[in-house]
Amino acid sequence: MAENGEKLRRTMMFVPGNNPAMIKDAGIYGADSIMFDLEDGVSLDQKDAARYLVYEALTNIDYGKAELVVRINGDDTPFYENDIKAMVKAGVEVIRLPKVESAEMMYRLEQKVEAAERQFGRPVGSTKLMAALESAEGVLHAEEIAKSSDRMIGIALSAEDYTTDMKTHRYPDGQELLFARNMVVHAARAAKIAAFDTVFSNMNDPEGFYRETRLIHQLGFDGKSLINPRQIEMVNEVFTPTHDEISNAQNVMAAIKKAKAQGSGVISMNGKMVDRPVALRAERVMKLAKAAHIIDEEGNYLGK
Amino acid sequence: MESKVGRQLPDDIMNELGFKPYETTDFGDPVIQRKAPKVHASTGEGKVVDSLEEVIRKTVRDGMTISFHHHFRGGDYVFNKVMRVIIDAGYRDLTLAPSSLTGVMNDTVVEAIKKGVVTNITSSGMRGSLGDAVSHGLLKNPVIFRSHGGRARAIENGDINIDVAFLGVPNSDEMGNANGMEGKSAFGSLGYALVDAAYADTVVLVTDDIRPYPNTPASIKQSQVDYVVKVDEVGDPDKIGSGATRFTKDPKELKIAKSVNGVIVNSPYFKDGFSFQTGSGGAALAVTRFLRQSMIDNGIKASFALGGITKPTVDLLEEGLIGKVMDVQDFDKGAATSMRQNPGQQEIDASWYADPANKGAMVDKLDVAILSALEIDTDFNVNVMAGSDGVIRGAIGGHQDAATAKLTIISAPLVRGRIATVVPKVTTVVTPGDSVDVLVTEVGIAINPKRQDLMQALGNIPGLPVYTIQQLQERAEKMLGTPEPLKFTDRTVALIEYRDGTIIDQIRQVAE
Repeated sequence: MAENGEKLRRTMMFVPGNNPAMIKDAGIYGADSIMFDLEDGVSLDQKDAARYLVYEALTNIDYGKAELVVRINGDDTPFYENDIKAMVKAGVEVIRLPKVESAEMMYRLEQKVEAAERQFGRPVGSTKLMAALESAEGVLHAEEIAKSSDRMIGIALSAEDYTTDMKTHRYPDGQELLFARNMVVHAARAAKIAAFDTVFSNMNDPEGFYRETRLIHQLGFDGKSLINPRQIEMVNEVFTPTHDEISNAQNVMAAIKKAKAQGSGVISMNGKMVDRPVALRAERVMKLAKAAHIIDEEGNYLGK
Repeated sequence: MESKVGRQLPDDIMNELGFKPYETTDFGDPVIQRKAPKVHASTGEGKVVDSLEEVIRKTVRDGMTISFHHHFRGGDYVFNKVMRVIIDAGYRDLTLAPSSLTGVMNDTVVEAIKKGVVTNITSSGMRGSLGDAVSHGLLKNPVIFRSHGGRARAIENGDINIDVAFLGVPNSDEMGNANGMEGKSAFGSLGYALVDAAYADTVVLVTDDIRPYPNTPASIKQSQVDYVVKVDEVGDPDKIGSGATRFTKDPKELKIAKSVNGVIVNSPYFKDGFSFQTGSGGAALAVTRFLRQSMIDNGIKASFALGGITKPTVDLLEEGLIGKVMDVQDFDKGAATSMRQNPGQQEIDASWYADPANKGAMVDKLDVAILSALEIDTDFNVNVMAGSDGVIRGAIGGHQDAATAKLTIISAPLVRGRIATVVPKVTTVVTPGDSVDVLVTEVGIAINPKRQDLMQALGNIPGLPVYTIQQLQERAEKMLGTPEPLKFTDRTVALIEYRDGTIIDQIRQVAE
């Protein structure tokens, strides 16, 4: 499975593929991933224009360290194949397929992507994939979808379509999404890929946004899809480790370093053995703290 | 001849008007002889005049210099009322010397120029149809653009010799005791008009509210005033200042504002008793909000905030985070009306605020200034006057003056739409790069290489990458391409005066 555990994916910011101003500025907000949308955010008469625009953006604009994702149109649309070709040619890092309901859909996508990679002389396997689950069918097949390809980097829950399919709608407490969220996060963990939560679209309800973000953080999601750059900071805040978590992680890292220096295979801290999950968690805490600029490159605590 | 920032200046005009090219931001300590106004002594009998027609007939002659203030901003009725009478009476060859020209004055000024009523203008700025007309050569003589501090200096030393000042006020008594902070059309500080009141040969107050004598507090005093004219309305209260001040929701503006705050907080000037000036506009208000939080978090209070004032700044005063608000102008209703209630909100005149040719101005004590830019170039020179099409559409305001602060931050997006803000050479130099310290954009900051000390302090702020300004310029150009150079004729339509009275750049007529 692709590069799990290496990249932070706290925030995936949606950018409409037909909005030049937003495309131009998408890189300045510090999103971990930027998702250019060719699908629902773009009206039918703008599909070709958006594809050209995103192609030009991907090949001309410097987005720094952000992971670049494009949401293409679904495989039941006439835009699907051209979207794949153009985005592979542009060298996008990740293609996100919407409304995925089965591993079969991902196999078909992978074939098309591979063909495009060969056609445009891109290294085969260089284009990563992710799937958005937007229906009961998709959620129930979360595991097979997550494991459908070595190119998979993540799966995402898309709640608007999903709640409609479930004959409900979104509620402030999120009970209606509990099963789907657990399916997605379990499938992602089993496949060792990232789990992305759905968007929260009411910008006038920061409290609700924080509540939902804390919930998905608690469930174990890697991050959240976002529709407004102002939400990036809010998500990062929730994902930023506490001072205690950081000191603990620093101690674990120091113990690992010490054990290495002594050539010892057993790592111990305060007389207790540090096992693998603890070491992994410490690494992740340090990475999150570094991304939040509260420790420096050497791991020293800078404070808030 | 050439100014020190490498701009060609028209020899003939410079010599004819007796101007010297700009050399340095350092004003030095010359001894200056000020001009004193003529005084028509009186006991005040008959100061109240019934109509503008009558007072204009009594005071204005062909060839005179007349002045106005722009404190009524977009709600000004006084300028157009006075100028209507002047145009209709057929006056000729007047020099217009307002503190600035706002959009509501444009049509009248254009008409006055076309009819030969106005043949010279000095102002802080102009926009819209007037800027367009001047840039296309409507006015024969070049406009002289001056900063607020520069205008005060020019009035004091006689470069601008105001014959008649028409000063609109929201209240006055029959003798001319007036302030700007009370009444239906209150605008707060009378800062720019106070210099006119002190130095014009004839001072005419125009008001819609005559109050019982003596009217206090008096910002303009009866000893300065020749006539008081009552009109039905001096301004539109709804358009004088923006209403409720709203913080920007634009994520890019917020990002820039946050970065500006990061620069301030990490600078050596962010300590108890520091002072700052932010200006208006959504991004400036957002800076105020971030700065407030940083001041609370760090237990730091400011000694004063300076310049054009907004409600959020007054809020900091009321919260005890700022000691004094030194107020030359109010940008919104909240700031305008609070002056009367807040003893710490001190009205200051333009000379006190920003004049280099006095015994010390507030800007001389200013630690941090946050200023905007239409363009900034790789020498850190700033343009706030000419648009990307070369047409006049801005105002110097206090830009040159506040830029003399110890830490001058230019806050501007790297690009606006398809137009670069960071450019190899600005269209028009208004504020010299020597007085600019840091540029903050949405992608990162650039520090003036002359400020090596700041490189140390600001070079390592998490999340605030430092670039050279050349790198930022190249980044903008890479994104947008290289624009075709603007085309101008050889004719000078405006001169940009530096605050010390030298000329830093010219604006030429745009080619058709």
